[in-house]
Amino acid sequence: MNVSDIFRTMDYGPAPESDAEAQAWLAERNRTFGHFINGAFTAPGKGFESRNPATGERLATLTQATQEDVDAAVAAARRAQGKWARAGGHERAKYLYALARLVQKNARLFAVLETLDNGKPIRESRDIDIPLVARHFYYHAGMAQLMEAELPDAEPLGVCGQIIPWNFPLLMLAWKVAPALATGNTVVLKPAEYTSLTALLFARMCQEAGLPRGVVNIVTGDGRVGEMIVAHPDIDKIAFTGSTEVGRRIREATAGSGKALTLELGGKSPYIVFDDADIDSAVEGLVDAIWFNQGQVCCAGSRLIVQEGIAERFHEKLKARMQGLRIGNPLDKCIDIGAVVDPVQLKTITEMVERGGKEGEVFQAGQIPNQGCYYPPTLITGLEPASYLMQEEIFGPVLVSTTFRTPAEAVALANNTRYGLAASVWTENVNLALDMAPRLVAGVVWVNATNLFDAAAGFGGVRESGFGREGGWEGLRAYTRPRVATRPLKRIAPAPVPDEAEIIGLDRTAKLYIGGRQVRPDGGYSRPVFSPRGKLLGHAPLANRKDIRNAVEAARGAGGWAGATAHLRAQIIYYIAENLSARADDFTARLHDLTGVHAKTARAEVECAIRRLFTWAAWADKYDGAARAVPIRGVALAMNEPVGVIGAFCPDEAPLLGLISVIAPAIAMGNRVVAVASEPWPLAATDFYQVLDTSDVPPGVVNILTGSHEELAPHLAGHLDVDTVWSFSSSDISAVIEKESAGNLKRSWVNNGRGRDWLSPAGEGREFLAHATEVKTVWVPYGE
Amino acid sequence: MKTDTQHSPAGTKPAQLPQLHEQRNPGMELDLDWVAAVQANTSAIERRAATLPGRRTVKKAYQAAWLLKAVTCIDLTTLSGDDTPGRVRRLCAKARQPVRADILEALGMGPITTGAVCVYHEMVPTAVEALAGTGIPVAAVSTGFPAGLSPFRLRVEEIRESVAAGASEIDIVISRRHVLLGNWQALYDEVRSFREACGEAHMKAILATGELGSLRNVARASLVCMMAGADFIKTSTGKESVNATLPVSLTMIRAIRDYHRRTGHRVGYKPAGGISKAKAALNYLAMMRDELGTRWLEPDLFRFGASSLLGDIERQLEHHVTGRYSAAWRHPAG
Repeated sequence: MNVSDIFRTMDYGPAPESDAEAQAWLAERNRTFGHFINGAFTAPGKGFESRNPATGERLATLTQATQEDVDAAVAAARRAQGKWARAGGHERAKYLYALARLVQKNARLFAVLETLDNGKPIRESRDIDIPLVARHFYYHAGMAQLMEAELPDAEPLGVCGQIIPWNFPLLMLAWKVAPALATGNTVVLKPAEYTSLTALLFARMCQEAGLPRGVVNIVTGDGRVGEMIVAHPDIDKIAFTGSTEVGRRIREATAGSGKALTLELGGKSPYIVFDDADIDSAVEGLVDAIWFNQGQVCCAGSRLIVQEGIAERFHEKLKARMQGLRIGNPLDKCIDIGAVVDPVQLKTITEMVERGGKEGEVFQAGQIPNQGCYYPPTLITGLEPASYLMQEEIFGPVLVSTTFRTPAEAVALANNTRYGLAASVWTENVNLALDMAPRLVAGVVWVNATNLFDAAAGFGGVRESGFGREGGWEGLRAYTRPRVATRPLKRIAPAPVPDEAEIIGLDRTAKLYIGGRQVRPDGGYSRPVFSPRGKLLGHAPLANRKDIRNAVEAARGAGGWAGATAHLRAQIIYYIAENLSARADDFTARLHDLTGVHAKTARAEVECAIRRLFTWAAWADKYDGAARAVPIRGVALAMNEPVGVIGAFCPDEAPLLGLISVIAPAIAMGNRVVAVASEPWPLAATDFYQVLDTSDVPPGVVNILTGSHEELAPHLAGHLDVDTVWSFSSSDISAVIEKESAGNLKRSWVNNGRGRDWLSPAGEGREFLAHATEVKTVWVPYGE
Repeated sequence: MKTDTQHSPAGTKPAQLPQLHEQRNPGMELDLDWVAAVQANTSAIERRAATLPGRRTVKKAYQAAWLLKAVTCIDLTTLSGDDTPGRVRRLCAKARQPVRADILEALGMGPITTGAVCVYHEMVPTAVEALAGTGIPVAAVSTGFPAGLSPFRLRVEEIRESVAAGASEIDIVISRRHVLLGNWQALYDEVRSFREACGEAHMKAILATGELGSLRNVARASLVCMMAGADFIKTSTGKESVNATLPVSLTMIRAIRDYHRRTGHRVGYKPAGGISKAKAALNYLAMMRDELGTRWLEPDLFRFGASSLLGDIERQLEHHVTGRYSAAWRHPAG
């Protein structure tokens, strides 16, 4: 077309970004790559091709890592780790700063290479991915600098195995590598096999930054390489971003290994539009929500939930907007939607829409190129929560839509999902927005916005979207552990059944404590509890799986506790302490009888339990959230929310103090607890529910079971309505808890057979606060 | 700047005439429910405006064509206390031949003109005379421009006098206080009266967005002005401390879109003040195209209120033709 034609049509025309430099970089390396191990590239081995999804052209041939490669990478990381950690925060900060600068200096090369490899529009890799990568390294350079002063009790985990997805290849690398390095860990990272090229360019930057050998190791290959990393015995931590299905397998595979684990998994994030929203802006927001990166975004706002009264007008405007989306060559600077990452993914999207689209009305807009992996922007209206596509993650440019009537219904629909990664809320009413944010089950909530990210703001999910946070101070927990003295914990057996028991006084009946009531065990069995001297102290009920079911139901029903004011929770915990104190003599005697310890020791445990209750009453209204310094006009609030229903196997060795050390932090933060008491010495716990009964603790907030830890562990950990399970048991149940927690991908906190001194400060503190809370990041841009 | 302008006569007829005979917006009854329901989320609007230039760009021949389109949408403006007939004639000559003929020829384009010439009332007769036979409309700023605080009767009369003097477009200013006080009825009545006084002349309603305090007010005032019969809504007088911006433009053109959807009438848009770079002009065109469609890229529905923009576009066009960066003095002054 000539100028005068264009003058009439006012078409956009092609505006390609040159790929010459990126192609030259690949060509210089003969388009073949080995791994990056111990500071050097290995010779290319047997491998696979990496293709440009927009054209199908081969970009490079990469090497499929073997077990020997992975072993070499882990060994290099292990050798490097001690020195890297000892180098100190400032030394590490200098390297991270250099990496940030190198990313900036090579920003366009990274961006073009990313677009070639992944298919995302150059606008996104240039304006979003790469700047966020640099920002992440800058931010964590600062974390390295501050670590010794601000986190004196934290230590690195060691060697981290990191497995990242193909949707934000370099950005996910940054999210994994920067915090790990900042806190003194070394890494073995596996990029996704579709998109490894920017990771290999990053490896080159590590060389240019002079990063010590072995601190960063990158091995390429498919899921089999990921499995080798997950299974490797000399890796201390696995960090995974990817599908829920693979995340679940990793949870099972690492169960009982002692490896730390964080998972950032799938989502079906709600995008809620109220009738008082700025409709045009909410429509535009969807472009950034579901047509960002071809919808291949774990936190994509993929479920539109729009108020019924405006739904028709909203859909009409949305369809008009969709017509304006430009789909095509990702290297074109005037393109909104690029190529789907691979033919396999394109097939998945196509099949899902074919299967589920019939339940509603499918609208597709725009012209897609004849060749390459493209899928048109798609809206499916008229779906209900029961529809297949309302529940399943599509991971493509497909938006599904349903309607609601009231805020309460919007919350119910939004939370009607196995996932809990992100949510968007659109309303001009600040009361409504700030009321909605805490009620949505999600790790991130955006108010009148979507897909805002920053290194200073935590990102991560709840439910089957995984656990752990990336970014912010909370993100460092994924790569550090508190320095807590632990020692091997031997199984503590109950006192043996004497040949002839000494019977004392009137029989006292211990029961289970469920929903604020004393109930007999479902199975109808009890176990006699003897003192070491052979005195029959009473009978402890043997809870079974149905008692667990009932207790969890009671705990779930006591959700009002989470909404109670922190001041009220504090008062009630103080009151528990007061009432325990009033019965200190009874409990001292009970502990003395149960465990056979000296009365003075028993008294010390009771006194410590009272002190501990005070500690957690004190914390109840002091574990503040934060307003993060994100680069927008607005705030990103890091709000500490209760995890929900906590199942806890209490320490066997400290029948009263252990119980209280577990229950008190949990309820202080607004959780409800199903606590399984000390297995050998359960009667302190059954006495304690009388204290609870007199202390105004609402029914269901604390539930106490007695019985076999080993028998109950799989049921409590496997319960799909439990949000986290803790174990301080002396029974060997850590592995089964971690394995069973894979069912709903709940968090877990297990002792791996190591005990702590409950009388010491190790029995309380910030570690407990972190495990009793989820950080929810609420982004609130503002401005009138 | 050169002061001795060559008055070369327009050799050929313009390639296009700005008016496309869109049916004029007759206005409608004031719908206060609609006005009250209008929302504008500033942060979200700013994000859209900030990312648009990264999403849309035109290169090579497309860029040249788009820049030529921008030229045809310029209301070439002089609004200075020291304007004289000579100054206005020079401007009108530039309006007739905004781009050097050799550049147009190299681009394979026939002659083009700017969208209009915009002056104060006293300069209207001079401009009308200088533009006789060209089809280029003369626009007069009116109604006590820029503050709009002279007696209402005189503001209405000023319109009538400018129309009588030959102005075919009247750029009125609204009373900002009506917006700031939420007195939509008063705003509606005022603009309605202005529209009546305009008669056949097209009315551009200047909102002076820099003085309205919020984008929500901009959106609501836009809507009320359209209800009152504005043919165009325009951002600024050029005299406020903040003039046209992309967020303000997005707010106003979304209001235009809603009004069109509801009434079927197309209202034009004129950003004014502060648009001096070719790249900025392209961003505005892209925003119009993406939010409203190509129909709104013609001078009967889109104008730039600008004085120095043309110079930058001329330099870019010469660069496109020659491959060399240009200089201001190589292009005739206006």
